[in-house]
Amino acid sequence: MASVSDTGPTDAATTDTERKARARRLAWSNRLPPALAVVGIILAWQGIITLFGVPSYISPSPGEVVATLISQAPNLWRNFVPTALESLAGFVLGNLVAVLIAVAFVHNRTSERAFYPIAVFVNTIPIIAIAPILVLIFGNGYTPKVIISGLICFFPTLVNMVRGLRAVSPQTLDLMRVLSASKSEIFWKVRMQSALPFLFAALRIASTTSVIGAIVGEWIGSNVGLGALIIEATYNFRSSLLYATVLMAAAWAVTLFSAVSLVERRLITWKPGSVH
Amino acid sequence: MSATQAVEPLQGATAEVAVSVRDLTVRFAGDAGDVTALQNITVDIPAGGLVTMLGPSGCGKSTLLRAIADLVEVSGGEISVLGKSTGEARRNRDFAFVFQDATLLPWRSAIDNVRLPLEVGGKSAVIKAADRPEDLLELVGLAGRAQALPHELSGGMRQRVAIARALICRPRVLLMDEPFGALDEITRDKLNEELLRIWQETGTTIIFVTHSVPEAAFLGQQVLVLASHPGRVRELVTVDLPQPRKLSVRDTVDFMRVAAHLRSLLESC
Repeated sequence: MASVSDTGPTDAATTDTERKARARRLAWSNRLPPALAVVGIILAWQGIITLFGVPSYISPSPGEVVATLISQAPNLWRNFVPTALESLAGFVLGNLVAVLIAVAFVHNRTSERAFYPIAVFVNTIPIIAIAPILVLIFGNGYTPKVIISGLICFFPTLVNMVRGLRAVSPQTLDLMRVLSASKSEIFWKVRMQSALPFLFAALRIASTTSVIGAIVGEWIGSNVGLGALIIEATYNFRSSLLYATVLMAAAWAVTLFSAVSLVERRLITWKPGSVH
Repeated sequence: MSATQAVEPLQGATAEVAVSVRDLTVRFAGDAGDVTALQNITVDIPAGGLVTMLGPSGCGKSTLLRAIADLVEVSGGEISVLGKSTGEARRNRDFAFVFQDATLLPWRSAIDNVRLPLEVGGKSAVIKAADRPEDLLELVGLAGRAQALPHELSGGMRQRVAIARALICRPRVLLMDEPFGALDEITRDKLNEELLRIWQETGTTIIFVTHSVPEAAFLGQQVLVLASHPGRVRELVTVDLPQPRKLSVRDTVDFMRVAAHLRSLLESC
């Protein structure tokens, strides 16, 4: 990279590559502190394990975890796929239902008055308490996990979406009235668009909680999935497998989160603060 | 007003009436009973004219404008726009409205904001007769910024886009509710001058609400001064200043005389 900038600004192309090089250096200097912090924590972890001679069934060393990730890869993958599918299905389903109900609420005040308290009530029940009920009803298959995962996504999206759909200034509504716009035109051209930033704020939350939902579902009743693997590894004191499983779950949640952020950046190029 | 003999006769006397307000009363339901915002307003706005509305805050000048735009429910009296009811005129896009905020959709580029009226409230005849969005951006001096998003534009530019959007369906009447009220004075002066140019180029009837005496006097062929509590017509002042007006007209004695007269009317409101 240094050789590129050393050539000097002889023509437009060079200055362009130089600018790119500078941007790359800036990106590196932004990423360096968090990278160093992670490396530091891992080193400290390894150091504490060696220094105090912590037995590996209490806490494995980072090296052991990496070794397990490699040696147990087929096992981890076999359990990863169901969890990933459940959380993805739950994410899609929970958010879809939340958006549809939000639309109904905004469209019809009576429906909101009737069902909003119920939505709040369902949200106050701990997900851990709902999970056994759903397992009793739907058995050990995918269904209860998808529902739990969807349920955990549902409420934040509902609340945010209702707010977003209402976040249209009275003046914009006046404008649409002067233009004799129909209700559906106002909905598609104005309300949906202005709700997008609110929706994505909720989707970011949902992207990580949907994974938690799927894992909680698997704890209650399942033989496969990362949740089941967590239980199994814990009871058998296979701590390095437990850590590896947790890492897989976290990596999946981060992947979903990044995907949501990517779509958000593509879709929302405007400044949500400037809504008038 | 002796120095104004050479001025063209005001169109209102002979030409047709664009907006006719007869005995208009508007009441709002408030916490402490009904509030009368406007009482027995009667006024004719001549076709092709530029009438400014001036009055203390709370005199109902915005309410009158909104009543003409079918945005406020009328409690009594009648309004007709080009001989039609306000609702009919609205559906026919006979008038357009410019708000104090530009009210642009922030996710749409300037040109797409100008295009909005063509995408909603579908009346194909109106839309076929519309101007090209590109031409309107050029008219308001924003030809180069067509793809810019609203947050990339200054306040004055945003208001220009709003004016272009209002003009796209070639409205016969343009209703403007303190459109330059939130802008700095330099931008406001410039837009005032440009509004006069646009008015002369398009021949649109303009009703312009403001709380600035110089703005009302500079823009208006006539100034409708309203008094408050309840809102009623104080006086319809004819401004006999030559057209086309340049900003420098504000330094003439005639202009100052008009402004002084308007101020004295406001004080006695």
